[in-house]
Amino acid sequence: MDLSAINPVLLIASLMVAATPILLAAIGELVVEKAGVLNLGVEGMMIVGAICGFAIAVNTGSPLVGFVAAAIGGAVLSLLFVLLTQVALANQVASGLALTLFGLGLSALMGQSYVGVKPPAFAKLDIPGISDLPVVGPILFSHDLVLYFGLALVAAVWAVLKFTRAGLILRAVGESHDAAHALGYKVVRIRTMAILFGGACAGMGGAYISLVRVPQWTEGMTAGVGWIALALVVFASWKPWRVLLGAYLFGGITVLQLNLQAAGVAVPVEYLAMSPYVITILVLVILSQQKSSAPAALGRIFHASQ
Amino acid sequence: MKLNTLLTSAALVLGLAAGAAAQDRTKVGFVYVGPVGDGGWTYEHDKGRQAVEGAFGDAVETVFVESVPEGPDAERVMTQMALDGADLIFTTSFGYMDATNNVAAKFPDVKFEHATGYKREHPNVSTYSARFYEGRAIQGHIAGNMTESNIIGYIASFPIPEVIRGINSAYIHASKVNPDVEFKIIWVYTWFDPAKEADAATALIEQGADVILQHTDSTAPQAAAQAAGNVVTFGQASDMGEYAPFPRVSSIIDDWAPYYIARTKAVMDDTWESMDTWDGIGPGMVGIGTISDAVPADVKAEALAMKEALGSGEYHAFTGPLNKQDGSPWLAEGETADDGTLLGMNFYVEGLTGEIPQ
Repeated sequence: MDLSAINPVLLIASLMVAATPILLAAIGELVVEKAGVLNLGVEGMMIVGAICGFAIAVNTGSPLVGFVAAAIGGAVLSLLFVLLTQVALANQVASGLALTLFGLGLSALMGQSYVGVKPPAFAKLDIPGISDLPVVGPILFSHDLVLYFGLALVAAVWAVLKFTRAGLILRAVGESHDAAHALGYKVVRIRTMAILFGGACAGMGGAYISLVRVPQWTEGMTAGVGWIALALVVFASWKPWRVLLGAYLFGGITVLQLNLQAAGVAVPVEYLAMSPYVITILVLVILSQQKSSAPAALGRIFHASQ
Repeated sequence: MKLNTLLTSAALVLGLAAGAAAQDRTKVGFVYVGPVGDGGWTYEHDKGRQAVEGAFGDAVETVFVESVPEGPDAERVMTQMALDGADLIFTTSFGYMDATNNVAAKFPDVKFEHATGYKREHPNVSTYSARFYEGRAIQGHIAGNMTESNIIGYIASFPIPEVIRGINSAYIHASKVNPDVEFKIIWVYTWFDPAKEADAATALIEQGADVILQHTDSTAPQAAAQAAGNVVTFGQASDMGEYAPFPRVSSIIDDWAPYYIARTKAVMDDTWESMDTWDGIGPGMVGIGTISDAVPADVKAEALAMKEALGSGEYHAFTGPLNKQDGSPWLAEGETADDGTLLGMNFYVEGLTGEIPQ
């Protein structure tokens, strides 16, 4: 066992990268659920975003354009969910599951000709002098733009939900769609926008995997990250900063356990392998001991006539 | 109820009609653990399937189901294939072992072929595997010569004999040419999860490994090594040639096509029998991908000589003197390992650190 082989600075830098896909997808889903909609299609929207972003980045040579395309791809797929649950009033759980299955299949089809292709590299932040600082440099100033965008998005979602009128309306729709409707708010329209936002975020999360973290395209490459993002929203009791904490905890312990294994720590590998799940759930459950703060209208179908 | 009955009988009639039409064609099913586009393990099995179609044309019909989890789902998929009239089913992952035998018990007329397993509980089950450890020996030889940090990272999937054999074989031959070499092993508990494989490769590289060996199926570790710049990798299961000449300096290629064609032929001729096949470099089931120019010429020549010797059988990858990890003697000078021990291998050889997860 040789713990000195683990470089804490590099570890923190790579945990931020590992956590970003989960963070992006979870913060989008948080907004969706705050509006009272349960979209279980995160995994499907992520993988469609992953291939859309990958394909466009390869064809245009610009990863940034790829990310925009991924957001659009994820949002377009979530339109299907809008159609099913907001227009046709279908069951949200079933529709979300269908969306995931559909997204996995669709992405495999779209990605046929992109297997084995290398994407253009994503430029990393490099401020002369600052990015080279010891400790702080690698952790804070040497990542790609999307990672910072993810952090900014968490702050923005938190601020909008907490301090703005738009946030208040969104939460009102999620708590009681009948009351919001009686006040004259367009429940379906607000929910549609929330779902599109969630789709765009999930799409970008997927593209982060295919363009930055791995970077390549393979079928089924999101490998369950969407489900973890979904669980994270619940365990974070629908609070943006806790989503950030949960994502970094999960990403961090995932990376740490691999490092511990490589360093030959004498803990059975099985415990290390399950530790990200166990610790993330434990911490967030302890944090959310008080009453459940789920939006009251979560998963309920709204129709103006009822 | 009425509609149900109607549908059932309609389905029955259709099924019978289809069954009659398919009588003269041999139907071969394949169950895959990953997607056919993984660029590794499943990709090569699917090339084998295509070779069967190419060899027999209209006389065969092949079907496959990809990304089947190891567990109850596998049993369902196999049962469905058997019900759909498959004559021969290849199940291509170690974790399908019990499922294959369970389903085989229910369909005695269908032939089952299970890859990399050892259970043949019924007369209609065969097992087949390749001696990948022969390829690992060559990898270990190149890796031991190429490493400058003397740290070799190994991304292992599940603690099963197949994987442990590979680690031992690679280590024996790496330490033979470089006694200072150290193996850092990460168990990822998956055959295919690009993000996790990439994270594992990154963790190993950050801890100083400058050679990465992988026993997982995606090309993600290759991409991670490429991003790091000065790290050597080897293609796993498939050539992964898109990462040549560097970081990928060579590869182990599984070539299942000749076996699949031979076994399909056996079913057609009614000569199929339950058997165990374990072929290596000699018969061509294990191939060594082009060794790129990033490898020094003398090392390349030695590696090719070892390939020759392994293929002809004059050299065995596990030749004594070898001790087990705890120092107890395993093979005496000149003694070679028997297949039984290799098939059930659950110990590290001397020099490897860490424990095998149990």
